[in-house]
Amino acid sequence: MTESLLLSAPARPSGPPGPDGRVLPLRRPGRWAAGFVVLVLVSQAAHGLITNPFYQWARFAYWFARPVVLDGLLITLQVTAYSAVLGLAGGVLLALCRLSGSPVLRSVSWTYVWLFRSVPLIVVLLFLYNLGALYPTLGIGIPFGPAFLTFDESRLATDIVVAVAGLSLCEAAYAAEVVRAGVLSVDQGQHEAAAALGLPRRYRFARIVFPQALRSIVPSYVNQLIGLLKATSLVFYVSLLDLFGTVQNLAGTYPGDVVPLLLVATVWYVVLTSLVSVAQFYVERYYARGALRTVAPTPLQRARAGLRDLRIRFRKETAR
Amino acid sequence: MTTTGIAAAARPPAVEVHGVHKWFGGRRVLDGVSLTVAPGTVTVILGRSGSGKSTLLRVLNHLEKPEAGHVSIGGEPIGVRRQGNRLRELRESAILAQRSRIGFVFQNFNLFPHLTLLDNVAAAPVATGRLSRQQAQTLARELLTRVGLGDRTGAYPRQLSGGQQQRVAIARALALRPGVILFDEPTSALDPELVGEVLSVIRDLATGGTTLVIVTHEIGFAREVADEIVFLHEGRIVEQGPPARVLDRPEHPRTREFLSRVL
Amino acid sequence: MATPSDVSDVPATPAAPAGSPPKRPGPPGAPGADAPPVVPRRHVGRLLSAAAALLVLAMVLVSVVRNEAFQWEVVGQYFTTSAVLDGLLLTLWLTGAVMVLGFLLGTLLAVMRLSANPVLRTLSWGYVWIFRSTPLLVQLLFWFNIGALYPTLALGLPYGPRLFTVQTVNLLGPTLTAVIGLTLHESAYAAEVVRGGILSVDPGQTEAAQALGLSRSRTLRRIVVPQAMRSIVPTAGNMLIGTLKGTSIVSVLAVHDLLYSVQLVYNQNYRVIPLLMVATLWYIAVTTVLSAGQYHVERYYARGTSRGLPPTPLQRLRVRLTGLRARLHAVTAPGGR
Repeated sequence: MTESLLLSAPARPSGPPGPDGRVLPLRRPGRWAAGFVVLVLVSQAAHGLITNPFYQWARFAYWFARPVVLDGLLITLQVTAYSAVLGLAGGVLLALCRLSGSPVLRSVSWTYVWLFRSVPLIVVLLFLYNLGALYPTLGIGIPFGPAFLTFDESRLATDIVVAVAGLSLCEAAYAAEVVRAGVLSVDQGQHEAAAALGLPRRYRFARIVFPQALRSIVPSYVNQLIGLLKATSLVFYVSLLDLFGTVQNLAGTYPGDVVPLLLVATVWYVVLTSLVSVAQFYVERYYARGALRTVAPTPLQRARAGLRDLRIRFRKETAR
Repeated sequence: MTTTGIAAAARPPAVEVHGVHKWFGGRRVLDGVSLTVAPGTVTVILGRSGSGKSTLLRVLNHLEKPEAGHVSIGGEPIGVRRQGNRLRELRESAILAQRSRIGFVFQNFNLFPHLTLLDNVAAAPVATGRLSRQQAQTLARELLTRVGLGDRTGAYPRQLSGGQQQRVAIARALALRPGVILFDEPTSALDPELVGEVLSVIRDLATGGTTLVIVTHEIGFAREVADEIVFLHEGRIVEQGPPARVLDRPEHPRTREFLSRVL
Repeated sequence: MATPSDVSDVPATPAAPAGSPPKRPGPPGAPGADAPPVVPRRHVGRLLSAAAALLVLAMVLVSVVRNEAFQWEVVGQYFTTSAVLDGLLLTLWLTGAVMVLGFLLGTLLAVMRLSANPVLRTLSWGYVWIFRSTPLLVQLLFWFNIGALYPTLALGLPYGPRLFTVQTVNLLGPTLTAVIGLTLHESAYAAEVVRGGILSVDPGQTEAAQALGLSRSRTLRRIVVPQAMRSIVPTAGNMLIGTLKGTSIVSVLAVHDLLYSVQLVYNQNYRVIPLLMVATLWYIAVTTVLSAGQYHVERYYARGTSRGLPPTPLQRLRVRLTGLRARLHAVTAPGGR
């Protein structure tokens, strides 16, 4: 049986393969052709991007680092940072409620997440913006009783507060799901082992479960952060001049510069999200410790290894 | 119910199981199991897979809550306290304190992957407030040396072989200085050539006089270390006695069937 | 604070289905006097926190219902007016179109990204990077202004003569701009979802198929894609909800979607809050229907992965009710607490 299988195997190499023992790789003309066509199209697009006068690259350079644009950028970063922290805090709280034994806390948390994942951010922001009409004063006091301290809503709710509140409320709903999924992703055996050792509840969560959950929470949350960064562009609806709002405003004043101004915003957003992505890579690497036997090389290490290989190949080629 | 000789002494039995029933959904897993384990003895629980062995072991330290009946360890009821003629469920912190006096070794080790071996072993004594950080680490080093891993204290669990991980898990259970240690198929997840190193650690514990309850499929090992063999079938104890009798002259047809299959 | 890690609270085994364990088993051989019933512990902290949560909820509800600014009668009045319904229809239509087109383009991008050709791979990566890096709002405005950039679109040879030209200004109305802008943005995300799904399939499956002599494309179609669907479908469901909400952005292009229709109304009558409420309720209604659909689709695709399917909420509710009734019986029966 085995013999016949071996005999029917396709032409076994007889004798030494080639003159120098090298196997020539299969040529793939289709791959080259596809690559070529795509390269031509890309070069055409790039050519258009650079030479088309409508892009007004000079105006782009003029606007790119104007103080007014940088102020907008600062607002974007501020709003993102505040909402990220507040959203995460709210998300952890909601996730804990959702995972708790109490049916009431569980349903409250579920309802919150359902509500805020169902409504577009713009609508939430518009609601909050018009909140002054709904609740002219906010008070602290006994529930259903008299209020001790009252705030005038219109004074309290500056544009940035409305923006951060809206973003944080929505972000908390998403963060809750991220945290919950992370906690659930921790192997049940870990809960059991910790319980079998008699570790106290708080210790178990803080030292055993949560650090392991972070491994899946952090990458998802950083992804979430990129979304948040982009979502801040919506705050111009509540008349806060972030990066996008500023650009939009300037475009109103200088209608001829609409396109270069949009490009300014685009490039800044690309830069910011790319920075977050780079951070994400290193953070993920950090949390992989203990979970993998070896960690993946950084791009820098990979580039260095690639160069070395190339050099060796080059030397071999030229030596012949 | 048979008990081995030493139990007649004044010391309370190490483990007592009183009429434990347990359901999973509509399925009855334990059906009125009662069992007594004398201090300083080794009890091996045998049975086909699905016979309720692991569940029984997990009931012993209250990882599974029995629907009826209860368990005492060292004379103290686990997970409940007596009030008149009723049993009242304990608060979680009290149950945790009880568990920290019972060692448990899992089939899949369940070491904490994000902690070093040293921290894995030292975590529980520190967290339960029994030892200072310093003392716990000294103890952990000592225990890791005892299981043959004294030179790997800084490594992470995933960097070890299965056999090494299971030895760390045993050291972790020992760190609480438990009165009884429960083993849930400690060698089932291991490659055959790694089984020996784990069994030899357990053998050392057995000869050292620690009370052990072991669920295992290693019949040869059971014959060697056990003082008492318990055979479980469909959630009931059908046969019980010293290995020489249960393994060589089984009385119950189910036991005979099982042994003829595995031997 | 409630933490999730109490093993005896969260058993590894699934919740008992209806009609399972009788609280007091008929004890065959169970020592009656020796096995008294166990009185479950009471969760004081849990009760307190639940009471606090309920109180806050009640306050919110009362303030929403009683606050005159909400003008619930206005909400009712506008909820089903034709302007709002037309807007809703456009929102739904836009969502569907963008989802389908986005996933078609996204699949193409994913295949490019996974191909062996470095040019295609880099190109796909670059596309995804750019379109995921910029806010949708910026992209939409960009496409809206494309008329200014390229007043005419020409079809011809690269760097060669043009065969025919089209006026973009006439070509791209706001609605079409919205579809294009949303689709391009969506496809970048869809590409990642499809790629993730394909990568999630155990490489052993591909190897097994190749060992059986299946061709590359056959392996992809018959072996990999069906298994990848298991991870693609739930994510796609999430994306569908995201897209539905994302379409609210097109109001900036004056496309008459749900939000913009509502805005048009309240710009005339200044009843901002009730009209926003109309939009909110519609968005909640649609996403809830979509989530319910997603839940059942996920259940369908989970088959073959876990042994038993988790019970649906309806089944769980029924079990809960049975349990509650049994407990009530136990408490009210003499000799209870």
